[in-house]
Amino acid sequence: MSVPDELFYTPEHEWVAISGTTASVGITDHAQRALGDVVFVSAPTAGTRVTSGEPCGEVESTKSVSDLYSPVDGEVTEVNPEIEDDPGLVNSDPYGAGWLFKVQLDDASGEMPPGLLSPAEYTALTKDDA
Amino acid sequence: MTSTPPPSAGPPSAEPTSAPAPRRTPLTSVHERLGASLTDFAGWLMPLRYGSETAEHTAVRTAAGIFDLSHMGELAVSGPDAAAALDYALTGAPAALQPGRARYTMICAADGGVLDDLIVYRLGDAEFLVVANAANTAVVTEALTERLAGRDAVVRDRTDRYALIAVQGPRAAGILAPLASVDLAGLKYYAIDPAQLAGRPVLLARTGYTGEDGFEIFAAPEDAADLWAAISAAGAEHGLVPAGLAARDTLRLEAGMPLYGHELSRDVTPFDAGLGRVVRFDKPGDFVGRAALARVAAAAPERRLVGLVSESRRVPRHGYDVLWDGTPCGTVTSGAPSPTLGVPIAMAYVRPEAADAAQSAATAEAVSQAGAAASGPGAAELAVDVRGRAEPARLVNLPFYRRA
Repeated sequence: MSVPDELFYTPEHEWVAISGTTASVGITDHAQRALGDVVFVSAPTAGTRVTSGEPCGEVESTKSVSDLYSPVDGEVTEVNPEIEDDPGLVNSDPYGAGWLFKVQLDDASGEMPPGLLSPAEYTALTKDDA
Repeated sequence: MTSTPPPSAGPPSAEPTSAPAPRRTPLTSVHERLGASLTDFAGWLMPLRYGSETAEHTAVRTAAGIFDLSHMGELAVSGPDAAAALDYALTGAPAALQPGRARYTMICAADGGVLDDLIVYRLGDAEFLVVANAANTAVVTEALTERLAGRDAVVRDRTDRYALIAVQGPRAAGILAPLASVDLAGLKYYAIDPAQLAGRPVLLARTGYTGEDGFEIFAAPEDAADLWAAISAAGAEHGLVPAGLAARDTLRLEAGMPLYGHELSRDVTPFDAGLGRVVRFDKPGDFVGRAALARVAAAAPERRLVGLVSESRRVPRHGYDVLWDGTPCGTVTSGAPSPTLGVPIAMAYVRPEAADAAQSAATAEAVSQAGAAASGPGAAELAVDVRGRAEPARLVNLPFYRRA
């Protein structure tokens, strides 16, 4: 299972990449493996206000449906346009081409948003899970 | 991301571990070596998928898949009275089967409720093999034991003595033919024959649960891994892949086949499920459930099992309400994204009047489209309440998929 060092994670099995005041969000390799083939992602549309810990969409796979939570506070600026036609990107490249949405952070201080997990913390969490 | 608990075998992890460790089949180590995602299914550790379940599904539709079904219950029923006793115990007429033939049937309670759906194979004049769902093996064994009491026939749970491997798909016969000691062309649909397969003694049956041509192979547990390897090697050039329970579920759903715990339960009769044909009122003698089932057959049905095709990409799932003009009229029993159709499909029990209205609305729409006129408003519409939002769905005849 892959847990890239440069990302932050949530207990809901999402990853966050922070670049300046923009956060990119996706689901982890662990999550995509557990879900199986992703067939549809309902992500928040651009302009939507999202709040950390609140549901903002859903991920449909063959066997189940899962809520998507926003890991941060802010406004959605961009949704991955490829996912609509090819939701399998979430399985084949969860940390790359399978990214889901980007958020302009409310907190422009450059401080780390609260509540996120380090790669080591996330790895430990998924070990407990398994 | 937090997962809604799936209705049956499903991800993610973390079941409370108070239950006993799931049983392993003779092939569990093989699945582990193949890197399968394993799941606890009816008390057995079973492969959910090996890679992409969609790819496994498609392989079975277009080439072939190999499945471990060793969790299924094998009950041997034997004795001079076995045929008559099974006629009494089940809804079907096993006594009318020729040796070497099989039939899909059910075992019902006295009130007509379904205890399990079964395949009964007649191996000889006084010898039958009854294959039950893993979750119901104990219930069926108990019911058969009770129903055979006082007759010259016995039932024995032989689940531990059989590994069961299925090879399903249009290329299944081509894959197995070079390995088999018998001519597969002579093995008809729903027939079973003793044979040698890759030099191992097996019972070879032309049955399955995928909507494709295929075979189910009953073998000694100690031969299972070698058989799996031999079939996999023979199938490689034909596109055979190992397939797990996730693919098996979408395959049977597309084929409109019921799954116990979903379309079938103690609370429904075979007639509810549109499977009244398995109740053989024409057989001689009484059988358990006859009186109740005769009443059900004569009465107006309370519900109908229908097929739904979603017009949204959000998937109707087990337990969701079906809405008719916004009001609940039934419940989804199984639903999944259909790999073959490319859209979500579902089976559901709905009130007959809702099904009739949706059917005639669909017909009217087809007629008006043929006449190039728009369908008028006010037509009764079906929808599924998918987590709080009504998603329109179209009623279709089952099955969703029929092989060419």
